Amino acid sequence: MRNLWLFISKYNAFFLLVIFFTISLILLINNNSYQRASVWNSSNQIVGTAYERVNEFSSYLVLGKTNDSLAAENARLRNLLKSSYYDDSVKQITVKDSVLKQQYTYTVARVINNSVHQKNNYLTINRGSKHGIKKGMGVIASSGVVGIILNVSENFSTVRSLLHTETKISASVDGNIGSLVWGEGNYDSRFALLKDIQSHLTIKKGARVITSEFSLFPPGTNIGSVSESDTRDGNSALNIKVKLDTDFAKLQYVYVIINLLSEEQLNLEAQNKVE
Amino acid sequence: MGRVVIINSIRFVLLIATQVFLFKNIGYYNLSIPYLYILFILLLPFGIPNGLLFVLAFVTGITVDVFYDTLGLNAIACTVMAFVRIVFISVTVQRDGFDNEPEPSLGIMGFRWFIFYAVILTFFHHLILFSFETFKFSELGFTLIRVVLSTFFTVFLILITEFAFFRKKIR
Repeated sequence: MRNLWLFISKYNAFFLLVIFFTISLILLINNNSYQRASVWNSSNQIVGTAYERVNEFSSYLVLGKTNDSLAAENARLRNLLKSSYYDDSVKQITVKDSVLKQQYTYTVARVINNSVHQKNNYLTINRGSKHGIKKGMGVIASSGVVGIILNVSENFSTVRSLLHTETKISASVDGNIGSLVWGEGNYDSRFALLKDIQSHLTIKKGARVITSEFSLFPPGTNIGSVSESDTRDGNSALNIKVKLDTDFAKLQYVYVIINLLSEEQLNLEAQNKVE
Repeated sequence: MGRVVIINSIRFVLLIATQVFLFKNIGYYNLSIPYLYILFILLLPFGIPNGLLFVLAFVTGITVDVFYDTLGLNAIACTVMAFVRIVFISVTVQRDGFDNEPEPSLGIMGFRWFIFYAVILTFFHHLILFSFETFKFSELGFTLIRVVLSTFFTVFLILITEFAFFRKKIR
């Protein structure tokens, strides 16, 4: 006991520091709202973190059960999905305008089969003759041209994609009309070739390529932008490589263009052949 | 002995008064705030018992706190400062050589020792004061800047005060 007192009196400065420090700290925390709040906050933080850790660990123990219930939930939700049903209704977007006469209407369709890696690529969409789709109609996506309707059944249609050797689309770049083809030397689903543009023209990289007025698409529909332009063949026409705006690999929803005046046009043009 | 008590009492009243009425309103934004009242603890006589030193430091801190509405904040800083003072003096001053020197003032201890003494004690006082005022580690950098700038300010004021009441004593 005596030794203890000796020890304390020898280092009395330190013990006094501890005593007065504690008194001050108690005063500080009890009488100042900010410091008090900080103390409670940090202790709450520590407790909260501890609880979180324990919870994190204990959640592993019920992982199997959680998985099962999630899978069951997924299956139930999948059954409710719109894609599980055949959607019979048709959304047709037609703008009523008393001044201008409507020429094009658009029908929404979902792509249910798609290919991009073949030499000739086709799409299948969930709209058919029942919905007014006919052979030869144009198909676009929100980003640009997709293809042309090839065959029509009652509920489905096949589309000859732009990525098809026989698809030719009249396109224009800077007002110069050419023909857009795919599959002549390149089978990259991101690029197409624009032919028949005179070689004396200079086509800048990045110029917009849109459908011309001679195509079955509404004039000015997006196709893509010029990525390369050269005359390596020595031909009179430029070889223009076009970067397509539409990502064909990711097509989900497309619009079928119904040209209300096409019948009249075709009838008129048919008379030329008769003569 | 009585003279020492009277001198220190007058010093206490004057320093606390200037602190709470004048220096409380002076400061370079929130960055550099002077706390001249610690000069009272700095100038307490060498021979003071440790217990009395702690009590006086604590009372000084509490007095300032009452005026600053921060009960305990200056007290905690002054308590730590008293401890630093004891350690510093025991390390740098040979007791036997300075037994007859009443207090560690500029005139008695010389400029070099005194400025070292003032800077160290002020720094610890301000470090504790601002740390406990901020009360979190996330603003450590800003707190340290405040500590350093305030230490400059306070030491500057301490030196001015010491030169104003300069009394050269013959050892």
